[in-house]
Amino acid sequence: MITELGHFALALAAILSVFLAIVPLSGVVARSGRLVAMAPPAGVGVLILVATAFAALVNAYVTSDFSVLNVAENSHTAKPLFYKISGVWGNHEGSMLLWALVLAVFTGAVALTGRDLPARFKATVLGIQGMVSTGFLFFILLTSNPFTRLGRPPLEGNGLNPILQDPGLALHPPFLYLGYVGFSVAFSFALAGLVERRIDRDWARWVRPWVLLAWAFLTVGIALGSWWAYYELGWGGWWFWDPVENASFMPWLTGTALLHAVVILAKRDALRSWTVFLAIVTFSLSLLGTFLVRSGVLTSVHAFASSPSRGLFILVLLALTVGGSLLLFGLRAPGLRTASVFAPASREGGVIFGNALLGAATGTVLVGTLYPLFIDVLGLGKISVGAPFFNMAVLPMLGAVVLLMAVVPLLAWKRGGGKSLARDLRPAAAITGIAAASGWVLAPAGVGVLAAIGLGLAGFILAATLAPLARRKLKSLTAGAWGMTLAHSGVGIVVAAITIASIWQIETVRVMAPGETVSFAGHEVTMTELSDVSGPDYTAMQGVLTVTKDAADLGALRPEKRTYVARGQPTTEAAIRSTLVGDLYAALGDASGEGRVVRLYWKPFVNGLWIGSALMLLGGLIALGDRLSKAPGRPRRTA
Amino acid sequence: MTRPTLKSALLALALAVSVPGPAWAVLPDERLENPVLETRARDISKNLRCLVCQNQSIDDSEADLARDLRIIVRERLVAGDSDDEVIAFVVDRYGDYVLLTPPVKGSTILLWAAPILLAGAAGAGAWVAVRSAGRKTEETPS
Repeated sequence: MITELGHFALALAAILSVFLAIVPLSGVVARSGRLVAMAPPAGVGVLILVATAFAALVNAYVTSDFSVLNVAENSHTAKPLFYKISGVWGNHEGSMLLWALVLAVFTGAVALTGRDLPARFKATVLGIQGMVSTGFLFFILLTSNPFTRLGRPPLEGNGLNPILQDPGLALHPPFLYLGYVGFSVAFSFALAGLVERRIDRDWARWVRPWVLLAWAFLTVGIALGSWWAYYELGWGGWWFWDPVENASFMPWLTGTALLHAVVILAKRDALRSWTVFLAIVTFSLSLLGTFLVRSGVLTSVHAFASSPSRGLFILVLLALTVGGSLLLFGLRAPGLRTASVFAPASREGGVIFGNALLGAATGTVLVGTLYPLFIDVLGLGKISVGAPFFNMAVLPMLGAVVLLMAVVPLLAWKRGGGKSLARDLRPAAAITGIAAASGWVLAPAGVGVLAAIGLGLAGFILAATLAPLARRKLKSLTAGAWGMTLAHSGVGIVVAAITIASIWQIETVRVMAPGETVSFAGHEVTMTELSDVSGPDYTAMQGVLTVTKDAADLGALRPEKRTYVARGQPTTEAAIRSTLVGDLYAALGDASGEGRVVRLYWKPFVNGLWIGSALMLLGGLIALGDRLSKAPGRPRRTA
Repeated sequence: MTRPTLKSALLALALAVSVPGPAWAVLPDERLENPVLETRARDISKNLRCLVCQNQSIDDSEADLARDLRIIVRERLVAGDSDDEVIAFVVDRYGDYVLLTPPVKGSTILLWAAPILLAGAAGAGAWVAVRSAGRKTEETPS
């Protein structure tokens, strides 16, 4: 019964979305205040209905109602409650419903906030949210309905894919979607601004909090995915340039560019059309990511061709969204000229170069991700574009972005240069030199250059970001400046962590039986026990590895090799002893003679990845507190 | 330490950063006694795709097929093949698909040109935008 209520609420939400897409916009065109005023309540209505539908599906999972096909295929009575709930979005249908819920949350949030927005503008924004919502709700109802009932319910469900039964992966999709879909608001603001011919400093100030929020969520989503891969896949990799990762990285790159362009627009009334373009592109890339991941096109073009309804539906949605919005952009962008004047080496100029490089990096990731698909479709053979290509092509561009990140905040607005530039860069240059030299000296043979570049960049951005704090009154810093300082420092720490963890990682693989000891990276690791253990819905082989360093007992690592009852699929549960200096990482392999294969890794400063990401998140959230006054100094002389 | 060229630095960058790191999946019994050969085997392995996995190199994968390929690579090296000969041997059997860094040829020329073209276009676009802003006209890069 509750399931049918959810199904009904979902259908109603789709219809109300159609209403939201049509009525307020007609009101805008017909200049009818009554129709325009219907937008906010309709937006809230969509939120309530989609939330009801989602709650109904959660209920079906929690009560293990296997008469619902989706639950029978993806759940199991033995699962802990937490994973019953997270299992809701551990499959195609449920994850699309989560997507729709997040979209509804943002639509509702725009409807309930934004009191300073003009009513017509707000109605247009909500109307466009309604269009996107219409597309996705009909997609769910017509091709991916999670409420489909089964005639003969099974006694037990199929269970969740065991690698998804994990806290990191339970939280990764919601945050990723909050980021992806959060950019829908920037998209709707961009289109509304084009329709209403209101792309100006006020527009930038209205849209900025939404961009910051989406960016912060996407950062968390990507970091959680990376963290999950690190501890779950059993060999401690954290970034693979996998198409699925690239799909989330592309909107992050353009979203980062957008974040900075919006500030320039708010403060200096420059970059109007570029900012709008970025808002459109960022959400389009979010949709592309959804298409790539959800259509199955990545695993095989042929899988897509054999059951095309889902993929084709999203592809049409994508084409309509991207095509329609770019058409509107093409028509209205020529009217977006401003007379803003600034020198090439000003802060504005620097942000433009940074934006351009982020754009080139995005384009490269896009080409690299889609190229194998095109080659295959065109019948030119099968190729792989893997990590080596992306590292070679994209990292130099991102390295240049990091250089700009260090210098550009030190430049003055408009006229460029900067009195304190030399003063701030001198200590930064010294620290950069020391960092690069120590990288060069300490690195193993053959990678000295890389170590020097990586540590030099990290040192440069950290020093150039933090040095100016020494000569400024900290109380006078705006929230925006604090946000920038934290986020840029976070990037510096991430660069350092990537460099250190990649270059100074140590690893060993041994067959160990109980009683054996190995010396590894300054630790003595002894296998004291090898035994069968069991959890709520799995059995496992567990090794107990006691670790000592300089005769001090550091406790035990308990890596497991698990087999989940429901699907009989094995997973590797690594055991990690994590410190700021580095992680001691142990994974259990297959049986070999008396013992088992044990992989031990020393991963120095890997925690820097998560600490840096957390600083970026914190910076983004703190920057929300800044209302962005006009750039200081000389008066504006625009038309 | 020899002075590395840009190309070798880029290649080292490609192989060393982020994903890679050491041979995670290589089992103790697979290792070659000769450390020079073993290092070469690993560098080659990092660029060979595990054909039954999703986007993993044979160096990372625990799949049986990856293990077989790792052993083949080592056998060829012990037999005296150069790195290129080993790679050619594997590509002959499995096609370009097995290479994580695609070869430069007619069908991949756009892929390889893309980063250069995009970076060039971005730089030029930004330069034009910044110059025109300096000349008090317009300011959009693209």
